[in-house]
Amino acid sequence: MQVRAQIAMVMNLDKCIGCHTCSVTCKNVWTNRRGTEYMWFNDVETKPGVGYPKQWENQERWKGGWELKGGKLRLKAGGRLRKFATLFFNPELPTLDDYYEPWTYDYETLTTAPTSKHQPVAQPESQVTGRPLDLQWGPNWEDDLAGAPEHARLDPNLRDGVEEQVRLEYEKAFMFYLPRICEHCLNPSCVASCPSGAMYKRVEDGIVLVDQEQCRSWRMCVSGCPYKKVYFNWSTGKAEKCTLCYPRIEAGQPTICSETCVGKIRYLGVVLYDADRVQEAASVADEKDLLPAQLSLFLDPDDPEVREQARRDGIAEDWLDAARRSPVYALAVKHRVALPLHPEYRTLPMVWYVPPLSPVMSLVEGPGSEADPDDVFPAIDELRIPIEYLANMLTAGDPEPVRVSLRRLAAMRGWTREKNLGVDPDPALAAAVGMEPREIDAMFRLLAVAKYDERYVIPQTHGEIGLSPYARQGACGLDFEGGPGSCGALEKAKDPFGAEPLAAPGDGRGGGSNVAFLDFRKAT
Amino acid sequence: MSAQEKVRPISGWSTLAFALDWNRPPRQQATSPFWFLASDQFRFQRTRADVYSTPLGNGALRGMHVADCNALAARLGWMPSYPTFDRNPLDLTREAAEAGMEAPAYVVERLKAQELRFAAEDPDAPENFPRVLTLWRANLLGSSSKGHEYFLRHVLGVEDAAVRNVEAEPDQRPTDVVWHDEAPTGKFDLFTTIDFRMNGSALYSDVVLPAATWYEKYDLSSTDLHPFVHSFNQAVPPPWEAKTDFDIFGRVAERFSELAVEHLGTRTDLVAAPLLHDTPDELAQPFGEVRDWKRGECEPVPGKTMPKLVPVERDYTAVYRKWRALGPLAEQLGSSAKGIPLKPTVEIDQLRAANGEIDGRPALTRDVHMCEAILALSGVTNGRLAVEGFKGLEQRTGTRLADIAEEHADVRITFGDTQVQPRKVLASPEWSGMESRERRYNPFTINVERNVPFRTLTGRQQLYVEHAWMLEYGEALPTYRPPLNVLGVVGTQLSGEEGRKELHVRWLSPHNKWSIHSEFQDNLHMLTLFRGGPVVWLSDVDAREIEIADNDWCEVFNRNGVIVARAVVSHRIPPGIGLMYHSQDRHVNVPLSEITETRGGTDNSVTRISLKPTHLIGGYAQLSYGFNYYGPTGTQRDEMVAVRKLLGKPVY
Repeated sequence: MQVRAQIAMVMNLDKCIGCHTCSVTCKNVWTNRRGTEYMWFNDVETKPGVGYPKQWENQERWKGGWELKGGKLRLKAGGRLRKFATLFFNPELPTLDDYYEPWTYDYETLTTAPTSKHQPVAQPESQVTGRPLDLQWGPNWEDDLAGAPEHARLDPNLRDGVEEQVRLEYEKAFMFYLPRICEHCLNPSCVASCPSGAMYKRVEDGIVLVDQEQCRSWRMCVSGCPYKKVYFNWSTGKAEKCTLCYPRIEAGQPTICSETCVGKIRYLGVVLYDADRVQEAASVADEKDLLPAQLSLFLDPDDPEVREQARRDGIAEDWLDAARRSPVYALAVKHRVALPLHPEYRTLPMVWYVPPLSPVMSLVEGPGSEADPDDVFPAIDELRIPIEYLANMLTAGDPEPVRVSLRRLAAMRGWTREKNLGVDPDPALAAAVGMEPREIDAMFRLLAVAKYDERYVIPQTHGEIGLSPYARQGACGLDFEGGPGSCGALEKAKDPFGAEPLAAPGDGRGGGSNVAFLDFRKAT
Repeated sequence: MSAQEKVRPISGWSTLAFALDWNRPPRQQATSPFWFLASDQFRFQRTRADVYSTPLGNGALRGMHVADCNALAARLGWMPSYPTFDRNPLDLTREAAEAGMEAPAYVVERLKAQELRFAAEDPDAPENFPRVLTLWRANLLGSSSKGHEYFLRHVLGVEDAAVRNVEAEPDQRPTDVVWHDEAPTGKFDLFTTIDFRMNGSALYSDVVLPAATWYEKYDLSSTDLHPFVHSFNQAVPPPWEAKTDFDIFGRVAERFSELAVEHLGTRTDLVAAPLLHDTPDELAQPFGEVRDWKRGECEPVPGKTMPKLVPVERDYTAVYRKWRALGPLAEQLGSSAKGIPLKPTVEIDQLRAANGEIDGRPALTRDVHMCEAILALSGVTNGRLAVEGFKGLEQRTGTRLADIAEEHADVRITFGDTQVQPRKVLASPEWSGMESRERRYNPFTINVERNVPFRTLTGRQQLYVEHAWMLEYGEALPTYRPPLNVLGVVGTQLSGEEGRKELHVRWLSPHNKWSIHSEFQDNLHMLTLFRGGPVVWLSDVDAREIEIADNDWCEVFNRNGVIVARAVVSHRIPPGIGLMYHSQDRHVNVPLSEITETRGGTDNSVTRISLKPTHLIGGYAQLSYGFNYYGPTGTQRDEMVAVRKLLGKPVY
């Protein structure tokens, strides 16, 4: 057992209102620069829909993530040989049309137009060519089922019989929002795809980053990531991606998307896992076993043995304390209501989702139904959002974990409603979903009333490990060429107290790599 | 002070916003009737007011045009109506003085002799045009102008206006209100907009005064959505020529006062004020009976059967001097919170200390002084005033109430306090909630729990309203009204062009997901996060019928105007509906219409103000005018439009 700590996220889809505040604050902080116009490290998609970039979930087309071949894990896009063969032409790279052609407007005309017959108007123009643009697609073109009758059928989750169940008709309409960032996977295929070793997963917190100095523009990470959350900056010629706002995380603050989330749907916390078994978990034969396999990697922070080993593996005491208070561990492991996004990609993603329940309850809120488990739960299988649709997204098609999650959420609602009405809830309701009353109460607190410091339990990064703070004086950490920091070129300073000069994290000096399949040179 | 729906520190705010510390009463106008006349939309009203009368009614509205109802409401003092008379009130007071009469008596005499008329009775006479508009914190044209194209044509005289409507036939026209054969266009002489965006209003303005944004000024903010008062603080100075709202008005006042030395001097004005809510005016016209002095049904008595007529001396050279200081009426008359007087005492000296003195009065020479004064003069931010207000209410009701506010009697929220953190407001007779340290605001809890009479005729929650007009409409009790049969009245809205696939849909314009009204709608991020310009949502069933595909350009049109927008086709929309999120201004990505060859319009280009006569009722208990509280709405949404695909490539 080798204990590692990961900062992970849970998003409660039951509470997302699709306001896109996360997208805008992320955009303003990270990708409002030349070369990043089309990038949205955080985007929010309406489901069912094809998403951004179009059909990113269709791995038959993009070949992202991993697959099992002959019982062995390999990149879906192929191993070293195919990488070399496609080094100069990568057929699985999304084009600008798959994202969208970023545009702006001729705003200037509104203040400079001369007297004219018609009211002046700012026309859209391409940020790429500068020419007038006939808008045909955008990063959120499908908001609230916009154009769904034309596009939503192409949602890759409508497969394996679900497409038969889903009718795109007014009376049967359903939708929910899916906010997405980088998954900061335990087994990141972007990292493994990089021919230059420029991508790395940080040992101390599991954040996946691109070393802007090492990146050689091959773009294999872009195609290798099945979530399409690595982007190519056309201006700098480097890959860029969601950083999990690491400068904030290091200071114990939530990511900007979490900080500004209006619906308070996001949770951030530490999850301890066994790094020795990552490859094994990603390699289970049946895709439906990937969720239990990933859950089995997560270590119980209350287990003295785990804590002892964690200390031996260099995890600080305050991180162990944070792991015990982790809302992510509670929702994913203890309560089993959070589920991973597309575990079948075998990257072991670390942004998990509580499935949406809202449209169900309107169907089952008959008189007395919330007190009677027999009335609440059968309706779970008659949701407007078919369970199988959610299963195709969250559990590699296995409806059972989704059902467990939704039943627990339904029971929690009935339970809490009884309490609010001054009635003692029937313990049978808790028992029916395999929970103790106090567990339901704890889950309710976390999902409904938890304050800032309960939703974000983020231990600060220890200054004594990794980089010398002294050597970083005057640097801002984000000031690579074309980066959002713009503090000027970073001079690598010599620490007068004798520490090594700045090490690029992931070059081995930061304590070794956390990734089972570090790069394609090692992958078979 | 900016507020979303609810100005919590209402007493202090209204004292300063309406200069009640120097002059009373202010002129305040209900906007729907104002624009109904000013933009000549009344000329296109082809249904009579009695079209929705019940057969069991009393005939109170028989034969009346809605503009006649409005003229009656002005004449009887139900609704404010400015300009009030067909002559300048400054001239009227001069004439009265020359005739050796008091101005109100003189005006009554002239009215009876029919030598003086209400402007609402002849809105298209040039002497009755509104001539000057200064727009502040509003996007009139891009957002709130119901009947947008009528505004462009009749108020502004814009060549591009796309009104396609026909005016009322002779037998459909008003009888009381004068009809001019030619509808006037371009009534305005000067249109000024204070804004920080080059939006639809600014584009049509003669003068644009660039304003500071929220992070470039000091200000206060409150809302109905939470119980806190917030401060705005200047993070950066206003860029280029932009100024804070405070500085803009201050500078205009300064220059105006300089010019007034030569042009106006000191004059006596005559304000015609409506019968007001929460005052004895509520009993002016009892029993719900409508008596029109003009028809000899009663005598014209100001404040009783017609508006109050209040002479106000105005020293126009002193406007700037008064702008810079808190006036003496602040403590002499205090402010009125729902009829309960709030009288500052120690607060005046506190403001002297905090703001400094000017001309012997507390200074208001900086924006923060204004904020300080608002907080000091409001019960929700000044516990002493709240307790005193409740004591006043105790005397009126005979029940103990002051204890509601006593727990925070010593709390005085200052601007500095709000800069540290948002401050929770205090329970105060300005509002009706029993909020406390333990409890959140909830309306009417003081009425329910402390037996303070509701502000109705009966003092109870009241559903039955026995007014002649309500009885005429069969609405003395709440009732269901089906959507108006618009097409039945105005006929088909389809173009009738050969071979064009067109469809009628009911027009909906809910609040926008991508902007706050029109604000931020032209922001690149907001535009990028959907379709990059104006869109109309259509059902896939309807879209199929008229061969419109998702993202096709289409025209939405009716007799009022034309919109050009992209179609969003979705099964989320039920058939029969066209939905355009409101306030999609026409200055971003809007091509020309093929029907009119003018610029496509806003969501309000296909709407029109439709006044409901019963909304005009006044002078009768709870149905009495209150600024931003009680008055007619625009009811523009009961409208039908036609939709069709734009055939050619969009032309800008």
